Amino acid sequence: MARMKFICDAERCIECNGCVTACKAEHDVPWGVNRRRVVTLNDGLPGERSVSVACMHCSDAPCMAVCPVDCFYRTDEGVVLHDKDVCIGCGYCSYACPFGAPQFPSNGTFGLRGKMDKCTFCAGGPEANGSPAEFEKYGRNRLSEGKLPACAEMCSTKALLGGDGDVVADIFRNRVLVRGKGSEVWGWGTAYGKPATGGPQQPKPEGKKS
Amino acid sequence: MMRTTALLLTCAALTLVACGEKTAGAAKKADVPAFQGSTGVGAYTASGWKPGDQSAWDQQLRTRAQGQNEYNRTSTQP
Repeated sequence: MARMKFICDAERCIECNGCVTACKAEHDVPWGVNRRRVVTLNDGLPGERSVSVACMHCSDAPCMAVCPVDCFYRTDEGVVLHDKDVCIGCGYCSYACPFGAPQFPSNGTFGLRGKMDKCTFCAGGPEANGSPAEFEKYGRNRLSEGKLPACAEMCSTKALLGGDGDVVADIFRNRVLVRGKGSEVWGWGTAYGKPATGGPQQPKPEGKKS
Repeated sequence: MMRTTALLLTCAALTLVACGEKTAGAAKKADVPAFQGSTGVGAYTASGWKPGDQSAWDQQLRTRAQGQNEYNRTSTQP
């Protein structure tokens, strides 16, 4: 069973915002809502790094824990989704989320907010897969078409990887070994795991501080 | 004594009634797994797998994920 994950390679991200554009175009995301965005650290300074951020589809999602109407659910593939017909737009999830993933379509008087909107890993929502109702509320359902999220597939430098966590980790591990750096960013064992093919775990390369 | 006990039990029962109350909000709808395929435009569905076949869908996504691995196109391996 696949377990869907995103990972963004800060060594490769060039802050082109192609992922943001791909997401907005694919799902017809309205103005003011950014399901994905690129965050840059030390902008303009030597050692500047950018990373593409959206819902990380947490295994122990804080948004699910705090939702007072229990509108969230997790698919068998580990994608955290929500039912907009149940959401009351209270905003608790946005306070709980460490990535700022939950977005709200409007800001009116008295703090009026619409239904929460967030990255769906291109997996739509509880409406029928690929139906107009699903597109209207959640955007395209690419997973049910046998595709991966548009942001990852459109990434020009392949900084943003999306898909089965084991496969993505293998791609990333190979990349880090080839270039000889990058493993120090998150910690080797934690972020990249062991080879899914059962091969011996590669030793940590002598990484230069980037 | 009996009347006091009965009164207390009645009060406790009335107080606890609310604990069993179901929330009045809408219920979440059940989602259809992605491997069942899309009901939308068929042309958008990627070829190479059959909707409804979970193992084929898993394999399709694994294969597609390798499209993100540019080292598949070069001879450079660690």
